Amino acid sequence: MILDGKCPTGPIEKSWDKHRFDMKLVNPSNKRKYKILVVGTGLAGGAAAASLGELGYNVEAFCYQDSPRRAHSIAAQGGINAAKNYPNDGDSIQRLFYDTIKGGDFRAREADVWRLAQVSNNIIDQCVAQGVPFGRDYAGYLDNRSFGGAQVSRTFFSRGQTGQQLLLGAYSALSRQIKAGTVKMFSRTEMLDLVVVDGEAKGITVRDLITGEIRVHTGDAVLLCTGGYVNVFYLSTNAMGCSVTANWAAVKKGALMANPCYTQIHPTCIPQAGDYQSKLTLMSESLRNDGRCWVPKKAEDCGKVPGSIPEADRDYYLERKYPSFGNLAPRDIASRAAKEQCDDGRGVGPGGRGVYLDFADSIQRLGEHTIRERYGNLFEMYERITDENGYKTPMRIYPAPHYAMGGLWVDYNLMSNVPGLFVLGEANFSVHGANRLGASALMQGLADGYFVIPNTVAHYLAQTKPGVVKAEHAECKKSIQDVKDRANKFLNINGKKTVTEFMRELGTCMWENVGMARTEKSLTTAIEKIPGIREEFWKNVKVTGTGAELNQQLENAGRTADFLEFAEMLSRDALHRNESCGGHFRVEYQYDDGEAKRNDADFCYVGAWEYKGVGKEPELHKEPLKFENIHLAVRSYK
Amino acid sequence: MSGHNDHNAQETTPAQVGGHGGHDDHGAHGTMTLTLIVWRQPNADAPGRMETYVAKGITEHHSFLEMLDVVNEDLIKTGKEPIVFDHDCREGICGMCSQVINGVPHGGQERTTVCQLHMRKFKNGDTIYIEPWRAKAFPIVKDLIVDREGLEKIMQAGGYTSVHTGGAPDANATPIPKPIAEYAMDAAECIGCGACVAACPNGSAMLFTSAKVAQFAALPQGQVEAAERVKAMVQALQDCGFGNCSNHYECQAACPKGINVQFIAHLNREYVKALFK
Repeated sequence: MILDGKCPTGPIEKSWDKHRFDMKLVNPSNKRKYKILVVGTGLAGGAAAASLGELGYNVEAFCYQDSPRRAHSIAAQGGINAAKNYPNDGDSIQRLFYDTIKGGDFRAREADVWRLAQVSNNIIDQCVAQGVPFGRDYAGYLDNRSFGGAQVSRTFFSRGQTGQQLLLGAYSALSRQIKAGTVKMFSRTEMLDLVVVDGEAKGITVRDLITGEIRVHTGDAVLLCTGGYVNVFYLSTNAMGCSVTANWAAVKKGALMANPCYTQIHPTCIPQAGDYQSKLTLMSESLRNDGRCWVPKKAEDCGKVPGSIPEADRDYYLERKYPSFGNLAPRDIASRAAKEQCDDGRGVGPGGRGVYLDFADSIQRLGEHTIRERYGNLFEMYERITDENGYKTPMRIYPAPHYAMGGLWVDYNLMSNVPGLFVLGEANFSVHGANRLGASALMQGLADGYFVIPNTVAHYLAQTKPGVVKAEHAECKKSIQDVKDRANKFLNINGKKTVTEFMRELGTCMWENVGMARTEKSLTTAIEKIPGIREEFWKNVKVTGTGAELNQQLENAGRTADFLEFAEMLSRDALHRNESCGGHFRVEYQYDDGEAKRNDADFCYVGAWEYKGVGKEPELHKEPLKFENIHLAVRSYK
Repeated sequence: MSGHNDHNAQETTPAQVGGHGGHDDHGAHGTMTLTLIVWRQPNADAPGRMETYVAKGITEHHSFLEMLDVVNEDLIKTGKEPIVFDHDCREGICGMCSQVINGVPHGGQERTTVCQLHMRKFKNGDTIYIEPWRAKAFPIVKDLIVDREGLEKIMQAGGYTSVHTGGAPDANATPIPKPIAEYAMDAAECIGCGACVAACPNGSAMLFTSAKVAQFAALPQGQVEAAERVKAMVQALQDCGFGNCSNHYECQAACPKGINVQFIAHLNREYVKALFK
């Protein structure tokens, strides 16, 4: 199989504009003949459904929550990047492009990243026009802050709720289209299978989560905007319902899964407190603008009250190790640095798995009022969970699984290797490389949804006859039967262990062996262990109730079963990649000072996996990455 | 705060659930044992009733939903139907979680969703009543889950600026004074959970609606359509069976995001203005 990214040639500055001109268009009066299925209604899906509805296509949109407004994009706190250069600190599309490629450890496609940087400016304009209340200065102009991995202030924010405000912007645009009748919204509906006819994506099979009805929706193109898979670690910052299920259904129908081992571990999360815990809570990275990370220099000080440890006995390890970026070092670097301190016995809090994030200096410099204005809701959230006051005593933070940089393989048009199947936002692999910089996820979701897909899906549809496949098609019937059979299988096992127990077991195995640092041995262990958990699951899981009703156990059983298969592919990807890059740290490949050691000679490619059956080794396909505009260089933040 | 436990709590034999590792007595090893009286209703058409459960082995660090997770794990193991409730982000922002705890939407802690309510706010031996949102416009789906489609209808009626994708002017082309941007942001913080409706004696969605109306009415981008918007949204609110504001301020007290009733006053001003247009 030859993986063609279909990247435009010629000067990169003109690549997107030229490509847009070269693509075919759909005549306005023909648009309504096409039906587009959009799965997931977060930033990418909500923006896509709204934009395509506006253009006149028939859109059917699906989400598992009771409203598109609840998609997990809502939880992103810190901000969204754009190359506006409003602060006059030297930003440009070129610089945002450069920072993103470097931040991703040179494992992303240049053309895709350029386009992201280019349309970032349109996103801010669009959102302001929608009434998104971004932070402003006293002259009434938009305000900016900095994020990890950048030395310019290019991040636009709405207090600590930027994701919420951007999502509500997309949701309001979507609501307008629902009212107008161009978008038909199906909430509390989960996609469980992809219908492929003659090699092209023509429909999805869904379960109505209220009635349990299994049915097929056919369409001329399918857009997966279903977010990430890091709940494979069980405890993560993702919402409880985030899963790999829709993507995995596509993989089983021939779509390739690219770079699944690139999982982001976010450095500023509230440390775990107990084994009943259901999730980890992220504290925005923007806190590192004013908070300083430190641990005691002496292990014996770790149990002491932080205020009693004198300055001289504190190790501000990020400022020490990375003087030019300091506390704003990128996420993978900051996460590993925190783990190093804790592994060295200098972690604080329960189990020694935590580092301090201290605002004392900035409160003294700026006053508590300013800090409260910038991050008030985050301090409040911290207090709810830990019962500690971050203004008075340093917060404790620890890294946690946060974001999937891998995902379904797509070409420059965001189309997977299955024609008609498009993948947007976190669900695809395209722009983050091996590590995502802060405030770039929101940017990607909205870029894909508002500005990329309306162009590229038209190019595909213009060459496709509308309405070819109907629900009576044999493939649709087969898909419904397969989904029903699987649900019945879950319900009839009647074993002894709950779905959550299996998920916790898988997650523990993944975190210990495939987590922040991986070795050949730990990965081999995971690959050996996962099939065992999977086999036991299919013999011993207990799912109560029936399929013909609202049944959360049945929903979770399906998601867990998919994670149990996907986890193995993720581990195999991590094992084959004999290098360290971004969020993929292989202990065997590091420099003397502990920094990640990339191997461009052998691994400068996208690793895309073809599914070959449960428990069978998947086949690796490689798409070489070319760097023509940015020279491959050792990534340094010193 | 108006508690309304007007349902016949049918005390059944408490199911012994939640115990981990042997016979822990009340409060053993710093853990709590609680009695839960929970609304159970298999579906929209079936009658519902209060059932009693015992939650054991709960620590102060459990969130309220994690406490229910523990109870559910043991219900499943004993072959019983777990308690069904809505939840997703579990960090206080998605607005999915919706439970009336001891008569108060989201429980008693100020500005806190159920998922961020922690068990340190309860004492060993407490009895806790857990019910779904109660409002005519929010039909019960199952157990603690209600249908909040009405809020969607209100949004669809006018909760947007009619801007097409692409072609928007530069974001800094229209300066917006900081106090106005802040005011819009205060309104925009609404998470659409519906606690305001559940808390209101009249089942009104006025606080929800007013937050969106006020956000857009304050901003230049939203002012063009302000009159049409407020009329359409208020009409939708009435069509969905929500009541009107009856000035009890229960909505503000129950709101996990502290949305202020000043926005309802703003909505009323916008509405009156719109009528004279």
